[in-house]
Amino acid sequence: MLSRRHALAGGVCLCCLPAFLRAASAGATGPFATEEVAPGLHIRRGIDQDASAGNDDAIANIGFIIGKEAVLVADPGGSLSDGERLRAAIREKTNLPIRYVAMSHVHPDHIFGAGAFRQDDPVFIGHARLVPVLAQRGAFYQEGLERILGPGKAGPVVMPTMTVSDQTEIDLGGRVIALTAHGTAHTDNDLSLIDRQSGTLLPADLLFVRRMPSLDGSLTGWLKELAALKALPAPRVVPGHGPAVMDWPAASADLERYLTLLLRETREAVRGGVDISVAAGSIAASERGKWALYDDYNGRNVIEAYKELEWE
Amino acid sequence: MKRLFLALALGTGLLTSLGVRAEETEADRAARWHDLQRAIFGDKQMLDGQGVVQLEAPVRALDAALVPITITLTGDKPIKGVYLVIDDNPSPLAAHVTFGPAADPHLLKLRVRVNQYTQMHAVAEGADGQLYEVMKFVKAAGGCSAPAGSDDAVALKDIGRMKLRLLSDFTAGKPVQAQLMIRHPNFNGMQMDQVTRQYTPAHFIQSAEVSYNGQLVFHLDSDISLSTDPVIGFDFVPQDKGVMKVDLRDSENMKFDHSFEIPEHAS
Repeated sequence: MLSRRHALAGGVCLCCLPAFLRAASAGATGPFATEEVAPGLHIRRGIDQDASAGNDDAIANIGFIIGKEAVLVADPGGSLSDGERLRAAIREKTNLPIRYVAMSHVHPDHIFGAGAFRQDDPVFIGHARLVPVLAQRGAFYQEGLERILGPGKAGPVVMPTMTVSDQTEIDLGGRVIALTAHGTAHTDNDLSLIDRQSGTLLPADLLFVRRMPSLDGSLTGWLKELAALKALPAPRVVPGHGPAVMDWPAASADLERYLTLLLRETREAVRGGVDISVAAGSIAASERGKWALYDDYNGRNVIEAYKELEWE
Repeated sequence: MKRLFLALALGTGLLTSLGVRAEETEADRAARWHDLQRAIFGDKQMLDGQGVVQLEAPVRALDAALVPITITLTGDKPIKGVYLVIDDNPSPLAAHVTFGPAADPHLLKLRVRVNQYTQMHAVAEGADGQLYEVMKFVKAAGGCSAPAGSDDAVALKDIGRMKLRLLSDFTAGKPVQAQLMIRHPNFNGMQMDQVTRQYTPAHFIQSAEVSYNGQLVFHLDSDISLSTDPVIGFDFVPQDKGVMKVDLRDSENMKFDHSFEIPEHAS
């Protein structure tokens, strides 16, 4: 039986989706609800929470793009079951081969579902830096995720089989997807996609909306990459966390405001000799209440920013 | 004794720290501290450090790989040095600082890794050899096995670079607060590469000696618990303008030194 938490994790209610009841009755492998944000571009909105046993780490926005010949997965999900449910959602829509799985960056909520797609033998695409970073962190993340979800539930660490170090394109059959490997920003292995047909940018965690951003790369670098993304001729965007689709570049406003404030106030703290522990408790306080999970991430972001900026 | 202690701690501590450890009781923690006390300080008597030494640490760490610690020596008693012990870390003795004549021995700031919920002890040693302890409980996990930086090659490229900042005004004869920053990955040997299935070898700062115009400010013996790119805060008393010299040695026996003109070149 589809449990309430699984239904809610998909951002849907049972009553609206009777077909899901049958599909999901075999366990947590049933398809979850997706939103068709542009023709052939389907997104599952993640919930604004941290990973928990109750949400299967289905917390990121993930989805897929259907071309005339093939399907591309835009982030395979946060756990093996999240990936399995994404795969089931794809199979509800199309029987075309799942030829590509793009992995936007190393964080578990975006890529631990990759194991669900091994049976399709797709090309796993990642930033060139994803390979060494996943080698370093994969086991650590897997262990941490299994502590939360339960043994065997995280999913395997899947390495990219195709890497991008600047820009490239792939064709799904009359539908070209442009891939860009970014300089160090949210992480040092951020990969963004543009669906040329619909003019939709998929920057993954280079864009957080409503959910507190997490900094794991470079604050100055993130602002730089965000500025470059804003200049792209894409009218719509799928944030890594937040609503499934928004107008671009308007959707960048909150993130840019937060990162700019974090930069200014942390620089001031470093220059003024304010201790890192004091800074962590006081910087960007005006952003509290504007983001989900603010208390869980802001102090940590300050520490990341501080240790970057103190060497300037 | 310290090196031996480290070897023992790594040999026995590593597996438990990587596994999920059963909830420790108050009694377990007390017993552990008792054992550590024995191993580090032998049979020396330990007095309550209230009024002598103060330890500031976050109750819950924001980043387990960078937990800011402030040790303040609050009493009038002459102090020889201070120890920082992170009871449940794989190598619990995180740092031992001995103050020299050019120090104002009232402050020590460090950034440390914390591997799991732990008691943390600061132990001050008076000039007469008397030991004084204070304790804080810190909630943090994973700080030691957490991957250090994202790029080992980048981390090693800049190794040994240093910065010195004066955080208060320079006045000859008055204490000045200083911050020494060191680029060093401080690999602790617990970070595994999944492709090679090997641990990045431990490579960390073992000692730092800071002097001012030839007089010792402090000598630090440290271990794998210091964070990547260690930052050390301390006070010193310059009798005049001069040169602060820093000598570092790491576990690969790499040596780094740097001289800073005071106050001109401090940023």
